Amino acid sequence: MSSVAKVKTTPEQILSLPEEERSAAIESGKLPIVLAYEVHKWYGNFHVLRGVSMEVHKGEVVVIFGPSGSGKSTFIRTINRLEEHQKGSIIVDGVELTHDIRNIEKIRMETGMVFQQFNLFPHLTVLQNITLAPIHVRKWPKEKAEEVAMQLLKRVGIPEQAHKYPGQLSGGQQQRVAIARALAMQPKIMLFDEPTSALDPEMIKEVLEVMEELAESGMTMIVVTHEMGFARAVADQMYFFESGQIVESGTPEEIFTNPKEDRTKLFLSQILH
Amino acid sequence: MMNRREPKQYSTGEVLAPPTERYTVLGWLKKNLFSTWYYTLLTFVTLYILYIILKPTLNWAFTQAQWQVVVVNLRLFMVGQYPADQIFRIWIALHLLAFTVGLAWAIWLPRSRRIGAFLLLIPLGLAALPFISGFSRINWMLFDVFALAGWGLGTWKPKAMRRPLLVLILGYFPVLILLIYGIKPILRIVKTNLWGGLMLTLLLAVVGITISFPLGILLALGRKSELPIVKLFSILYIEIIRGVPLVTVLFMAQLMLPLFLPPQIKIDNVIRAMAGIILFSAAYMAENVRGGLQAIPKGQYEAAWALGLSSFQTTFFIILPQALRNVIPVLVNQFIALFKDTSLVAIVGLLDLLGIASTVLAQPEFIGRQREVYLFIALIYWVFSYAMSYASRRLEVALGVGER
Repeated sequence: MSSVAKVKTTPEQILSLPEEERSAAIESGKLPIVLAYEVHKWYGNFHVLRGVSMEVHKGEVVVIFGPSGSGKSTFIRTINRLEEHQKGSIIVDGVELTHDIRNIEKIRMETGMVFQQFNLFPHLTVLQNITLAPIHVRKWPKEKAEEVAMQLLKRVGIPEQAHKYPGQLSGGQQQRVAIARALAMQPKIMLFDEPTSALDPEMIKEVLEVMEELAESGMTMIVVTHEMGFARAVADQMYFFESGQIVESGTPEEIFTNPKEDRTKLFLSQILH
Repeated sequence: MMNRREPKQYSTGEVLAPPTERYTVLGWLKKNLFSTWYYTLLTFVTLYILYIILKPTLNWAFTQAQWQVVVVNLRLFMVGQYPADQIFRIWIALHLLAFTVGLAWAIWLPRSRRIGAFLLLIPLGLAALPFISGFSRINWMLFDVFALAGWGLGTWKPKAMRRPLLVLILGYFPVLILLIYGIKPILRIVKTNLWGGLMLTLLLAVVGITISFPLGILLALGRKSELPIVKLFSILYIEIIRGVPLVTVLFMAQLMLPLFLPPQIKIDNVIRAMAGIILFSAAYMAENVRGGLQAIPKGQYEAAWALGLSSFQTTFFIILPQALRNVIPVLVNQFIALFKDTSLVAIVGLLDLLGIASTVLAQPEFIGRQREVYLFIALIYWVFSYAMSYASRRLEVALGVGER
């Protein structure tokens, strides 16, 4: 049996604190902003996540990699409850994910997500895609939402596309709009689920550059990706998933130069050529 | 790495326009009708068949048919037995419609010449018909005046008129019903048993469409709901109604409904028929909308939820707009079917276009004029159905913006 990564924090440590101390401790980095503790999930009889534990502190960039079917996408999707976990606990920004819909909505407001297939809304323009949630969830006035959206479009390098529809953009441009859309809610955590896997090779770079800039700006990021150049450049921690477990974790330095597990070595040798 | 510029496009030569093909009339004929020997043969066979069918038909229509039956009964066909001295109320409703459409034209589609042509030329054409009364002729011209007034006002103050336009559209229905039915001290009440003809057909169809559409959406959403009671009710309703012919529902509404209600409560015949049509159509509408809902990829829901949108917001802003756009052709198909199905109310004794046709045919001086009468009402049904189909195609083009 491979060694399961352990976490230092327990859910009780976070939940026992009164709310104000809790957010102060998370803000200062004493407590993790995302804590997954012994998370299990089944699809029918299939045990997808088998006791995954992970802690991510404010401002950290975490890269998750591993073979397909290892549960890495499922895991990142449990963090904002697109998938439900059945055992263990997940605490995001001091709020525990339970069946309580208010907690779920609170957490979704604080986490942005970028998908492999972009999932832009095809019937809305780029600008409308970005301003929809700020206007209707954060209740910002339209002018403010549009101003923020235009700043974000400048940041991802495509302000001139604001009034086009997603179908008129290239894959790389669509993914950059998707990133801007997630950032418009001013989330504390960004989740990336294989953001470059559906892109043509010449478009991967433009998306990775945006993500690197975002990482350097201090955003907390959890990224499922096989872009090892990106991981080496910006990741604080890397986690290798296999068969629903974390097989190995460490800094990029440790993972790339001195992986402990044979399985990690084999996988890295297959994807780094 | 902020504010990166897009890579420049380097062209390898001058940009060429695509080759254009221009045909003369003869060239077009040759390409499309006579390009090979079998095309030529098919062309001649088709022409011959058309000749066989059309010659006797046209011959009959122009030499033998006695259109007097339509001319004499034109008012019956249009408004049934609606009192002659109250018909001005229907004209007022039409003028209000002209004004509203004119305003909408100026504000929403100022560059569309098509709408203008339809809105202004059709009434002029109708006014020019030889056999209509002078009163109708003046009113059709007034129709154009009101349409132009709406257009002028909209062009003059497009911004300020936006809100009044919405009020007009939303308020049109209640005003229409009040105008036709009457309000106690001002307008004399005209009982619904006097409503009839094209007016009744259109009222049934428009009320049926506008009420069953939202009802159908609710049922479709209900069928996909996670609440078991809502889901069960929706499924039961849809499956029961879909298993029954419309005539049966209409008979139920006419004959069975009084059995369930206390004797003091009397529901009007027209209202009962309307209810039957609405309830029937909603079930079909629901299934059409459900088809559209199922075509929406799961990623759309996930993206909306991940942004923090509630289930209601996700449905309202993301899912329904896409689902409805996908099913426009099916929905319009159903609108057309519903419009024609309203003719079944003739069976339960209402005098819609078809019902009026049978009373006209019972007049002693016009016995045996079935061909003329049925051809005339068929033409009316066709004009309205085709107009709906045409409008839906324009709508699809207009809404197809940015689609892949």
